[in-house]
Amino acid sequence: MSAEARRLVVGPFNRVEGDLEVRLDVADGRVRAAFVASPLFRGFERILEGRDPRDALVIAPRICGICSVSQSHAAALALAGLEGIAPTPNGRVATNLILAAENVADHITHFHVFFMPDFARQVYADRPWFAQAERRFKAAQGASVRAAIATRATLLHVLGLLAGRWPHTLALQAGGVTRSADQRDKMRLLATLAAVRADLQDRLYGAPLEEVAALDGAAALEAWRQAGPASDLRLFLDIAEDLELAGLGRAHDRFLSYGAYPQAAGRLYAGGTFAGGTLGPLDPAAITEDHTFARMEGRDAPHAPFEGSTLPDGADEAGYTWCKAPRLAGAPFETGAFARQVVAGQPLARALAAREGANVRSRVIGRLVEAARTLIAMEGWVRELEPTAPWCAQGALPQEGRAFGLTEAARGALGHWVVVEKGRIARYQIIAPTTWNFSPRDRDGVPGPLETALVGAPVRQGETTPVSVQHIVRSFDPCMVCTVH
Amino acid sequence: MSRPAPFTVLWLQSGGCGGCTMSLLCAEAPDLAATLDSANIRFLWHPTLSEETGTEATALFEAVLAGEIALDALCVEGALLRGPNGTGRFHVLAGTGIPTIDWVRRLAGAARHVVAVGSCAAYGGVTAAGVNPTDACGLQFDGRRRGGALGEAFRSRSGLPVVNVAGCPTHPNWITETLMLLSAGLLGEADLDVYGRPRFYADHLVHHGCPRNEYYEYKASAEKLSDLGCMMEHLGCLGTQAHADCNTRLWNGEGSCTRGGYSCINCTAPEFEEPGHAFLQTPKIGGIPVGLPTDMPKAWFIALSSLAKAATPERLRRNATADHVLTPPAVKDIKRR
Repeated sequence: MSAEARRLVVGPFNRVEGDLEVRLDVADGRVRAAFVASPLFRGFERILEGRDPRDALVIAPRICGICSVSQSHAAALALAGLEGIAPTPNGRVATNLILAAENVADHITHFHVFFMPDFARQVYADRPWFAQAERRFKAAQGASVRAAIATRATLLHVLGLLAGRWPHTLALQAGGVTRSADQRDKMRLLATLAAVRADLQDRLYGAPLEEVAALDGAAALEAWRQAGPASDLRLFLDIAEDLELAGLGRAHDRFLSYGAYPQAAGRLYAGGTFAGGTLGPLDPAAITEDHTFARMEGRDAPHAPFEGSTLPDGADEAGYTWCKAPRLAGAPFETGAFARQVVAGQPLARALAAREGANVRSRVIGRLVEAARTLIAMEGWVRELEPTAPWCAQGALPQEGRAFGLTEAARGALGHWVVVEKGRIARYQIIAPTTWNFSPRDRDGVPGPLETALVGAPVRQGETTPVSVQHIVRSFDPCMVCTVH
Repeated sequence: MSRPAPFTVLWLQSGGCGGCTMSLLCAEAPDLAATLDSANIRFLWHPTLSEETGTEATALFEAVLAGEIALDALCVEGALLRGPNGTGRFHVLAGTGIPTIDWVRRLAGAARHVVAVGSCAAYGGVTAAGVNPTDACGLQFDGRRRGGALGEAFRSRSGLPVVNVAGCPTHPNWITETLMLLSAGLLGEADLDVYGRPRFYADHLVHHGCPRNEYYEYKASAEKLSDLGCMMEHLGCLGTQAHADCNTRLWNGEGSCTRGGYSCINCTAPEFEEPGHAFLQTPKIGGIPVGLPTDMPKAWFIALSSLAKAATPERLRRNATADHVLTPPAVKDIKRR
């Protein structure tokens, strides 16, 4: 037994969106402390300053090629706030479809392309499930990886039809969408969604989407693992049981969701916070960003986003990342599909949150349950579209004003805060999901969710890029290009 | 029978959004894996697809630099960041302590071909917009000027300059077809246009195949987004000037920007990110759009426009400012002419 700590610097961290470096202090075969660094700075908030506010719809989506629609949606909501308008009913429903298509596509990408290939690594060659994992999930080659990439491409036809293309569409506007759909388009959309449903039911779930969406507790999940249909989901549950993934990667268990997909009444997934077993309201005015360990000027005090700044300070030695530290009422929060389902009250997510909190297994289950629920909702939204009703309300931008737009990307809560002066963007601040999840320490030394989740992760003899650390990092489905933007 | 050695690709990302990779995964009929396999193209490493992470990945980069692994194409996605103060430290490649721009310069020297994937890697793109906070540039262009991270004189080992597969994002098949042509030895310098773009897609205009062409012909213009009319006169559409085959190749099934109801912003061009006006607004002088259609003399454009406006059928005039077709084309009895 040696208590001597060693330092590991892990990177480049691939199969996440963008570049990531993780510094680990390791002792006695466990991570003792973790420091998460976002090594890329581009300065989108500065790029937006001085522009016509409508240009945000061109610039902001290009923050991220995987959350492009989410960025577009947050910008459109902020513009709608400035103009004092809301989308038409068709605009609202089509926007839901466009955003949901991206979010479900991202869940599919995450599970098959980013997350599961780690279980096909040679380090697991002695496990009873390895042959199956290798056959289905070997990086870039596995049968399920390839099938999922094809299904994802099919799903993104929803974007081709309703939004021109993906990523980087201009179809989402403050008052709705730029393209109407007729009855024939609706049939085509339903055919696309049916093809996606068929592959996921055959291969990923082995069961109707409705059965996945209806999972209501730990017992039902365990029954599925033991006697459920052969499927990638069941393979994952077996792997999770064998490797005890439910015991890996727990953070603060404070969850945040802005709420997603407004419907005629309420949202499909209600927003709010969930902490200490209690649901709470979300107060956007309580959101701040702390720069103490970000290589950014403005370290004097935490900033509300309307007053925030993004002035990089390359000479800052205390800072170890370009990522700021967002806090809600002073505390770090975790966001993402699991958080969203917990806040929205999905019974399995609530049960897992109560029993074991957020961990590698529950974050993945949250995503898979949500993909099923969202696809079911999408089929209903297509039927709601009314071809001859208006698609895009028109508004006028004020010369002065401020507004924010809050939405949910696949990987969690995304907000844009914009201040307009003399008809131009005077200030634009963005807080992305992974900014929350991969936040650095704040002025009180409180680490962010991933930094907390990594503490205690086992490190095997001789590992330079510990596989347990990879599971934990990827369980968040990080998007690093959004994180710093 | 053993196959010949594969055409090897190493893919790095820097100052970009990763959207060109996300688009690449949308390749269909055949899908990405089958397309690459058909041409015996193999990714040595790709940030989204590969198993190797951390030291496994950097060991591979070192083996390429040492000449132990042959590299046929270095693909770079995202702008190259020179800042702050020329250090490149706005993107230090994780785990290496070395700025990504330096990795790219070293690896470019070991590659048979160098491919810029997307407008950021080609010219700087959106990452270089506005005050260009990170001093971003492309591999061999800095906006419209030659130069960039590798310099004007750079030639890869094949003798070609950087191949600029520009677009924001790139169409999946612009990438796969470029790689296939390179691997087949069928992409020479004459196959690139003045901005280094492969001519197989850059010799087309977005206007070609745009379903709003009838509105364009009669100058029946959209006045607001979601209108069906031509978006050139009022909404900033640059489809008549933008070099790409978006409306004949189509995206994600049956899409394109103009089919999605919004203007082409000419994203395959250097400095598209700074049009000098709001993207979705057409600048005009004396009521005439400043940007004329490619190869069109101004006097003729003005003459034709006024004639076309006078001749606009009522059907197009009505439909141009509606979000769905109000008046369908009349059905003629083909026996009566």
